Amino acid sequence: MKLLLALLATLCLVHPALAKEAAPLAEDPVVEQRLIHIAEELRCLVCQNESLAGSRAELAMDLKREVRDLIKEGKSDAEVKDFLVSRYGDFVLYRPQVKPTTYLLWAGPFVLLLVGIALLVNFLRRRNQQVAETPLSEAEKKRAEALLKEGQS
Amino acid sequence: MNKFTIPLVAFIVLVALLAVGLTLNPREVPSPLVGKPAPDFNVPQLHDPNLSFSPREMAGKVWLLNVWASWCVSCREEHPILVAFAKTDAAVPIVGLNYKDKRDDGLRWLARFGDPYHLSAFDADGRVGINYGVYGVPETYLIDKAGTIRFKQIGPVTPAVLEKKILPLVKELNK
Repeated sequence: MKLLLALLATLCLVHPALAKEAAPLAEDPVVEQRLIHIAEELRCLVCQNESLAGSRAELAMDLKREVRDLIKEGKSDAEVKDFLVSRYGDFVLYRPQVKPTTYLLWAGPFVLLLVGIALLVNFLRRRNQQVAETPLSEAEKKRAEALLKEGQS
Repeated sequence: MNKFTIPLVAFIVLVALLAVGLTLNPREVPSPLVGKPAPDFNVPQLHDPNLSFSPREMAGKVWLLNVWASWCVSCREEHPILVAFAKTDAAVPIVGLNYKDKRDDGLRWLARFGDPYHLSAFDADGRVGINYGVYGVPETYLIDKAGTIRFKQIGPVTPAVLEKKILPLVKELNK
C-alpha cells in the first residue's frame, strides 16, 4: 500500500512536467497557421523586401501580435489586411488591389505587350511590301538566267 | 526623320524616368492617414503614470504629435530643433509620444537634452504607434483644430521641413 501511494505520488510529480512538454509552441496552432498565411502577403515596413511572416524586426513582431489578436476576435483575412492598409497604406500589400490608382500597374505590362505586337506586325507588313515591290526587270531576269545556265554547264 | 530618332527618344524617356526614380526615397511610405481624423487613444503620461492623455484634450488647437524614443538615434538629431522651435513665438504645442521606451530612460533623456513637449504620452507596447502607422521613429504629425491629420513627417524634422512645410501650414490652419 505504501509502495502504491509512493508510486501515485511520483506519477503526480511527473504529470505536470509532461504536460508542459506537450504544450504546443504556439498558443493556438490554428490562429498561428492563419497568421502565417496572412503575414506572408504583407510587407514588413522596416525591412521592405521581407514579408511580415519572415521578419524578426520589432515592429513586425508587434504587428504580428496585432494580427493574432484580430484573428482571435474572429476577423476575416480581408478585414485584417484592411486594418493594416488603413494605417500603412497599400504599400504593405505585396499583391496590390485592383482599383483606379493601380489600373496602370496591373494593365501596364499587357499594354506594352500589345504595343510591341502592333509595332512588330507593322514592321513585318512594311518589309513584305518592300520585298514584293521590287520585282526583277526584264534585263535583270535575262542576266540571271544567263548566270544560272553558266553555272550548270 | 532619321531612323535613330525613335530609339533615341525612347532612351531619353527611359533615362528621365529612372533619374526621377533615383531621387525618390523608397523608405518614405506615404501615409493614408493624412487628411483623416487622428486616431483616438488614451495612455498614461510619461512624467506621471497616474495622469493620462488623449488627443481629444487638444481639440481646438493646432498641434504637433512627435513620436520619439530614447533608443532612437535620429531623434537625438531632431531634438535640438524641436527644443529651439518650442521657444519661438511661432511655436505650437508639441505632444511627445514616447514610443516603446522604458519610463526611466525616457525621463533621463528629456532631463539631459531638454523637454520641448507640452507633455509626453507613454506608449509602452507600441499600440498607439501602430494606430498612427508609425514604422520608424521619429515621426511627426501636424493635427488641426478639428483633430484631422494635415501633415506627416517621416524621419527627423529638419529646419528646412519646419520652415517650408510645417510653419506655413500652421499659419494657414491657425487663421
